[in-house]
Amino acid sequence: MATSSEYIVRTKDLVKIYTMGSTELRALNGVSVDIKRGEYLSLMGPSGSGKSTLFNAIGGLDKPDEGSVFINEVDIAQLDAAELAYLRCRQIGYIFQTFNLIPVMTALENVTLPMIFAGVPSDEGVERGMKLLDTVGLGHRYHHKPTELSGGQQQRVAIARSLANDPAIILADEPTGNLDQRTGTEIIDLLRKMNEDHGVTIISATHDPKMLSVSDRVVHIRDGIVERIDLREDLDITIGGIEEHH
Amino acid sequence: MQQTYQNKSFTGQERILELPLKKAFSIALQSIRVRFWRSMVTAAGILLGIAFLATILIRARMDAAGIAQGLLPKPDPEAMAAATSRNTWLVAMSLIVVTVGIANSMLMSVTERFKEIGTMKCLGALDAFVRRLFMLEAGFLGVIASSLGWLVGTLIMVIAGGFSKGWPVVGAVGIMGYLETFVWCVVIGTVLTLAATFFPAQKAASMPPVMALRSEI
Ligand SMILES: Nc1ncnc2c1ncn2[C@@H]1O[C@H](COP(=O)(O)OP(=O)(O)O)[C@@H](O)[C@H]1O
Ligand SMILES: [Mg+2]
Repeated sequence: MATSSEYIVRTKDLVKIYTMGSTELRALNGVSVDIKRGEYLSLMGPSGSGKSTLFNAIGGLDKPDEGSVFINEVDIAQLDAAELAYLRCRQIGYIFQTFNLIPVMTALENVTLPMIFAGVPSDEGVERGMKLLDTVGLGHRYHHKPTELSGGQQQRVAIARSLANDPAIILADEPTGNLDQRTGTEIIDLLRKMNEDHGVTIISATHDPKMLSVSDRVVHIRDGIVERIDLREDLDITIGGIEEHH
Repeated sequence: MQQTYQNKSFTGQERILELPLKKAFSIALQSIRVRFWRSMVTAAGILLGIAFLATILIRARMDAAGIAQGLLPKPDPEAMAAATSRNTWLVAMSLIVVTVGIANSMLMSVTERFKEIGTMKCLGALDAFVRRLFMLEAGFLGVIASSLGWLVGTLIMVIAGGFSKGWPVVGAVGIMGYLETFVWCVVIGTVLTLAATFFPAQKAASMPPVMALRSEI
């Protein structure tokens, strides 16, 4: 499936409407973004701006009311349940604000779970799982359950898990939202490292401007609309500007 | 392009369906082990219901064997018919109570794991896999709890019967008689557990991932 296209993800005029009683809420109101293969893209916007809704649409977790999501130029609305499962399993790694590790499983078992769904033989899965845990600095904690790990460590396991089947895309919805500043920065740096080492495209939502420094581009969302897109160059200036005020 | 994508996903689908049966097995077992007390609460409902069933089945056998071997006086047909219909009614009631109890426990166990199910779906689990996890778990619980339920019910009835009807009557049922009630209890207990689990499991498996992830429990 050699795709020459420059864009790994494209959304076209995405609209998502939530109706509550008689009121209609346009959580996404015509969002079109083109995301380049291998880039680190941040979705920035205040709480309630539609970041998670966009995350769910791109990740094939929810259907938009209008518009399309293309992954590798395939319109994911055309996929059936098994193909969607395949997409989630092989092409996309998910990272959540609340880590979402499976509580009854050890770190290693959590990391190898997506490999089981992909049909990877279990000894190969264990070997790869250990390697991934080493990569995120938790090789020595492989047999620990999520409850025995700190928030930052749990998120590291989640990052290892998201890389299990060597996906083309990692979707992260507020990955640092439940972490303190320092741990959050460590997680963001780790994601950036994965982006550089594995070439995986990262799409990360955040409402914290401090988490933007690693981004190639920042898409600002407000009220379900793309407000503006900053490039890395612009970003350095603004971040520099912020630091001067300290 | 779409074509290649779909071909590839098709082979993927086959692998997803076939390979993880063994894994589903071990995940289900692990899930019972780790949630031991919660599992025991579910199991207790099955166990009690089946224990009740076992006492009724065994008492009926004791009466039949005792009368056949002349150890118990022959009751008049009218009283015997009344006893049979009362027993049938009791068994039916106990089974209904067991089924409702299990369905309730499984519904709870499914609900508190919505997020886990949603996460698994994000990682590429098919509906069939999620459903299989819950059905396997229910199957294990059903077999274990009904076996224990039979044991409890039988012990109670053997002791009670020994004192009220006499120990020879207890012996008159015979090993095969007890074994038959064991098979009935395990089969009924397991089938009811699976039946009571099916709808919650189906509901959990077919839920869209966002819905499953959104639920905060
Ligand atoms: N399931 C839902 N039902 C109704 N409204 C929703 C639902 N999910 C999100 N919303 C609304 O859609 C808007 C965007 O939400 P969301 O995408 O979660 O924002 P963000 O992730 O940027 O905080 C918010 O106003 C939110 O209240
Ligand atoms: Mg959000």
